[in-house]
Amino acid sequence: MNTSNNIITFDQVNKWYGDLHVLKDIDLSISKGEKWVICGPSGSGKSTLIRCINKLETYQSGQLQVNAKVPQQVGMLFQQFNLFPHLSVLENCTLAPMRVNGRNQQSAIDIAMHYLTRVNIAEKAHQYPHQLSGGQQQRVALARALAMEPEIMLFDEPTSALDPEMIKEVLDAMMELADSGITMVCVTHEMGFARQVADHVIFMDQGSIIETAQPIDFFDNPQHPRTQKFLKQILPY
Amino acid sequence: MSTAVNRAINPIKSSFHWAHRNLFRSPIDSVITLTLCAFITWFIPPLFDWFILQATFTGEGNEQCVNDGACWIFVREFLPQFIFGFYPEESRWRLVTAVIIVIAFIGIRIVFKKKVHKFFTLTLIVSYPIIAFILLYGGVFGLAVIETHQWGGLFLTLVIATVGIAGAFPLGVALALGRQSNLPVIRAFCRLFIELWRGVPLITVLFMASVMLPLFLPQGLDIDKLLRVLICIMLFASAYLAEVIRGGLQSIPSGQQEAATALGLNYWHTMRYVVLPQALQNVIPGIVNTFIGLFKDTTLVLIVGLFDFLGIVQAAATNPQWLGHAIEGYIFAAFIFWCFCFSMSRFSLRLEQRSHLKEKPMTQPS
Ligand SMILES: Nc1ncnc2c1ncn2[C@@H]1O[C@H](COP(=O)(O)OP(=O)(O)OP(=O)(O)O)[C@@H](O)[C@H]1O
Ligand SMILES: [Mg+2]
Repeated sequence: MNTSNNIITFDQVNKWYGDLHVLKDIDLSISKGEKWVICGPSGSGKSTLIRCINKLETYQSGQLQVNAKVPQQVGMLFQQFNLFPHLSVLENCTLAPMRVNGRNQQSAIDIAMHYLTRVNIAEKAHQYPHQLSGGQQQRVALARALAMEPEIMLFDEPTSALDPEMIKEVLDAMMELADSGITMVCVTHEMGFARQVADHVIFMDQGSIIETAQPIDFFDNPQHPRTQKFLKQILPY
Repeated sequence: MSTAVNRAINPIKSSFHWAHRNLFRSPIDSVITLTLCAFITWFIPPLFDWFILQATFTGEGNEQCVNDGACWIFVREFLPQFIFGFYPEESRWRLVTAVIIVIAFIGIRIVFKKKVHKFFTLTLIVSYPIIAFILLYGGVFGLAVIETHQWGGLFLTLVIATVGIAGAFPLGVALALGRQSNLPVIRAFCRLFIELWRGVPLITVLFMASVMLPLFLPQGLDIDKLLRVLICIMLFASAYLAEVIRGGLQSIPSGQQEAATALGLNYWHTMRYVVLPQALQNVIPGIVNTFIGLFKDTTLVLIVGLFDFLGIVQAAATNPQWLGHAIEGYIFAAFIFWCFCFSMSRFSLRLEQRSHLKEKPMTQPS
């Protein structure tokens, strides 16, 4: 594999919470522009893995290299949206561009509106998070992250706190984003999304990467018995 | 709707209904209502008598107060002293000016709302302490120096309270943040500081500052007594405030900080724009409560020989020409204190209602 093109490289990364070994010898190379989907049972360490990428978590041994120019070029979407409730939608999206990228107010508003329009929520710009539905909030969170123009986007189960009828609007926005050539690492159990968008699918269990495959192989011809069992559980047919 | 119609047609009947619903709903309710009525009829008339009917409002000297009621001339006579203390009469305009600046500023804010430029507000807030100090203390621009031992009355109370609040707030925020710091040294220091100040009564602290501290200071170095008291009250209140604010910080879900970090905001920006606005909003009642406590605690400076509002009232009551009117003085003092504290609590209510958080519960689970 062409290492110069790697944007995220895990090399024997290990992490413990006290005695609990949550990441075990993680090896992973992600190239620029690739879309990766991570799945696995609850508690397998998926969140911990992607939170290491943007330094929300530390690890104890091994090496993790992220070749984004500056840390804020890794954006992230959370299960609970985590919008700032005391700020309007627009202010949520302009805060970091102004304070971190040093944009002036007008240019921050311009870029925020650009991305709010792109996720179809520009008309709510002056409302507050609590006035929006879950799906709308998650799309605002996406616009807020994109307004920093990240090279890498991380997603930690962005749709699993949403009602079924709102999942599609968020996935649509994510698929549209996938076409833009950004690097995406996405923890999700939305297998339709994985099939359509992912270049690679990772299956994790108990802190280890059990299987890495292309989506077609992963879903139709899983190699590892634990993967087969997991897929049977989440894909009843 | 039907009640409104009822009331219009038959006010007596509807007021009977109201009384039945609210006052005599059950036997116990009835007993409580009747007891309270009896209490009020027994209690109110004599009070009314004393305050108004039998009271003396006009006249010059103590001799005029011959009735059984209150002698309000006493309060009127000493009012300038209650307000300004021993501040020289010809310089009192300086205090009035300092107050007028504040009132004018608030007035401008209310009338022009958001149109007031941030820069103007900031300039005034930064420069006001200097302006106020020059006006109050003098020494420059041909203003006579008025030493702090001449300060007193309501004016001194307000100085102590404002300086205390203005100093305690930033300090309290800093201590609260320090207690959550990642650096053990800072964390330990803030904890120690808070526990130390919370652990001793304010009176002790004031005594230490005014009596003990000079013994430790090198000869010739003399820190103004009022300054010492101000610093003590400030530090004392900041310790309490820090704990209130810490409660607010803990009420903010960790996801907020994570989201801010993920956006690239550094620690100070995260606190300034994301965490603190929400945390402070959540504990406004506690903060204002601390301030009200501080305001009332200012009366303790009497112990170290400063004549705050209450101290002056007390001194006036022992004036040989006006003996026997302590009650009027204390009632007046209580009334003024109540006015200030009540306005503070109304102000806190307004701040709370202005919050967007409180309009509806957050949809974000914490
Ligand atoms: N702050 C923490 N302290 C101690 N243990 C933790 C902490 N955070 C996570 N863990 C543990 O680490 C393990 C991996 O957690 P992680 O959140 O990465 O799992 P996950 O795969 O994302 O699960 P889920 O699908 O439920 O989100 C779990 O066993 C969890 O209990
Ligand atoms: Mg998780």
